[in-house]
Amino acid sequence: MTPEVLVRAEQVHKSYQRNEVLKGVDLEVRRGEVMCLIGPSGSGKSTFLRCINLLEQIQHGRLWVDGELLGYRQRGDTLHELSEKEQSRQRADIGMVFQDFNLFSHYTALENVIAAPMIVRGESRAAAVERATALLERVGLGDKLHAYPRRLSGGQQQRVAIARALAMRPKVMLFDEPTSALDPELVGEVLDVIGDLADEGLTMIIVTHEIGFARRVADSLAFMDAGVVVESGRPADVIDAPQHPRTQAFLSKVL
Amino acid sequence: MAHRTRQLPEHTEESDAPDPSRAADGEAPPDLRIRLVPKRHTGRAFAAALVGLALAAAAWSVVTNPRFQWDVVGQWLTARTIMEGLLLTLWLTALSMAAGVAIGIVLAVMSSSKNRLLSGAAAAYVWFFRGTPLLVQLLFWFNMSAVYPRIVVGLPFGGPELAAFNANHVITPMTAAFLGLALHESAYMAEIVRAGILSVPQGQIRAASALGMTRLQTMRKIVLPQAMRVIVPPTGNQTISMLKTTSLVSVLAIPDLLYSAQIVYSRNFQTIPLLIVATVLYLVTVSVLTLVQSWIERKFSPDGARERRPRTGARTTALDRRLP
Ligand SMILES: Nc1ncnc2c1ncn2[C@@H]1O[C@H](COP(=O)(O)OP(=O)(O)OP(=O)(O)O)[C@@H](O)[C@H]1O
Ligand SMILES: [Mg+2]
Repeated sequence: MTPEVLVRAEQVHKSYQRNEVLKGVDLEVRRGEVMCLIGPSGSGKSTFLRCINLLEQIQHGRLWVDGELLGYRQRGDTLHELSEKEQSRQRADIGMVFQDFNLFSHYTALENVIAAPMIVRGESRAAAVERATALLERVGLGDKLHAYPRRLSGGQQQRVAIARALAMRPKVMLFDEPTSALDPELVGEVLDVIGDLADEGLTMIIVTHEIGFARRVADSLAFMDAGVVVESGRPADVIDAPQHPRTQAFLSKVL
Repeated sequence: MAHRTRQLPEHTEESDAPDPSRAADGEAPPDLRIRLVPKRHTGRAFAAALVGLALAAAAWSVVTNPRFQWDVVGQWLTARTIMEGLLLTLWLTALSMAAGVAIGIVLAVMSSSKNRLLSGAAAAYVWFFRGTPLLVQLLFWFNMSAVYPRIVVGLPFGGPELAAFNANHVITPMTAAFLGLALHESAYMAEIVRAGILSVPQGQIRAASALGMTRLQTMRKIVLPQAMRVIVPPTGNQTISMLKTTSLVSVLAIPDLLYSAQIVYSRNFQTIPLLIVATVLYLVTVSVLTLVQSWIERKFSPDGARERRPRTGARTTALDRRLP
């Protein structure tokens, strides 16, 4: 029995004014799968993640998470845009970790993690704090609960950001180059946390330039170039024996 | 390099003086103390002497000029009508500022809307109320009943009326003063709040949105609290400026601090002493407000003073205020 598809993109197109950034992205991620997304700068990887999280509106195509069409309700053959509230509800189920962390700077680490469960889900303070404490301990920050982001290293901030996203119990986690803004010696601690999440069976889409990490952790690897997924498959296959010339050219440069 | 770093700790351990430039054993350390004869700032000293002289002369003339009538000043400084005037000034300041801030926030949020009509209306409002003198606005509100003799609550465009008031009764001088000051102030506050909102990085809004917060939740819980850092200092300045601006309402015959003084000197002709009374009281109030302002500013710079305080207890209350 093959596991069900959790995230599905079908012919996703996205333009900024006249600049077409995504030109028909097709992708499937199964439940529990870790997919790494690689590709040259400007190929549209970040844009694609933002579309999945409804931070951008697509102009063509369909996106589904857990069988639910994102951003729209289909009635017959017309699409009705979801209300802001419904879109927020869909976003709440999709975790996102940004390259530049974006921790709320007026909140401590703990407050960052309990904010959305309390504000969005209406959880009680006690329940939110209990869970947030456990999450922060799990990412190795049990002693930094009351530190403000400014007092944390980049690696620590990113781990808080991961805990913050996990606190919403997302169906899928999206990572946009989670270690690109980090000093080299801090990359490992963040990748370790993400690796643990992979072991626990969390569904993840990870945009990364860490090919070694992708090979170790990913169940599948997709290579994106110029707004389309050019090639995808098992990491070892794609990395060691790329089929498409553009994949070959890219990998020969980064390896 | 490696050689030196290895030696340094031993070196400091054995010597009392933490002077790394100390010479090798046997030699006396060079004397690097400074026995200073400061250079002269002749020009500066001369200017200071001039200013000092001018100040002394002014003070002497003020104290000795009998027309200042300091005894009369002292007599009226704490008089009941003057104190009531001061109270009215404070009340008007607080009321107008509160309304100005509230309307200003609404305008700032409107002006950041993607809807052109909403943002355009906010821009037009700011343009109008900043572009006309406050004194003119005050007089306009005061004479509102000439334009709209009746104030009607009901549906527009000739719909049914629910209630109607005589404008002359509703627009008292006090209402006119409040409306004029508050609406004028809100236009300035709108710009201040807008700058504060724009100072919050876009990434904060994206992160909140990605977590499933609606725009309103994001604004209330994430953007506005962070915008406070930028909003609070100029708001303090606006409050102090408002305190002084309220003196304009004396043209509407409202017994604020200035008009109370005017009432008194129109009867006893002690014009100068009573103006001094008003001046002193304005100065004292502004000074107190300035102290309050710097205290609040310290409280609202979270990465400065606030974060260095012991965390546990205080932290929880701060959070309770901001989260539901
Ligand atoms: N908000 C925007 N407005 C206009 N153009 C944009 C915007 N965001 C991205 N783009 C354009 O879309 C293209 C793809 O950008 P995107 O950030 O998705 O690339 P990427 O694959 O993530 O690259 P990188 O590896 O550098 O992060 C770029 O050409 C960029 O200029
Ligand atoms: Mg990117």
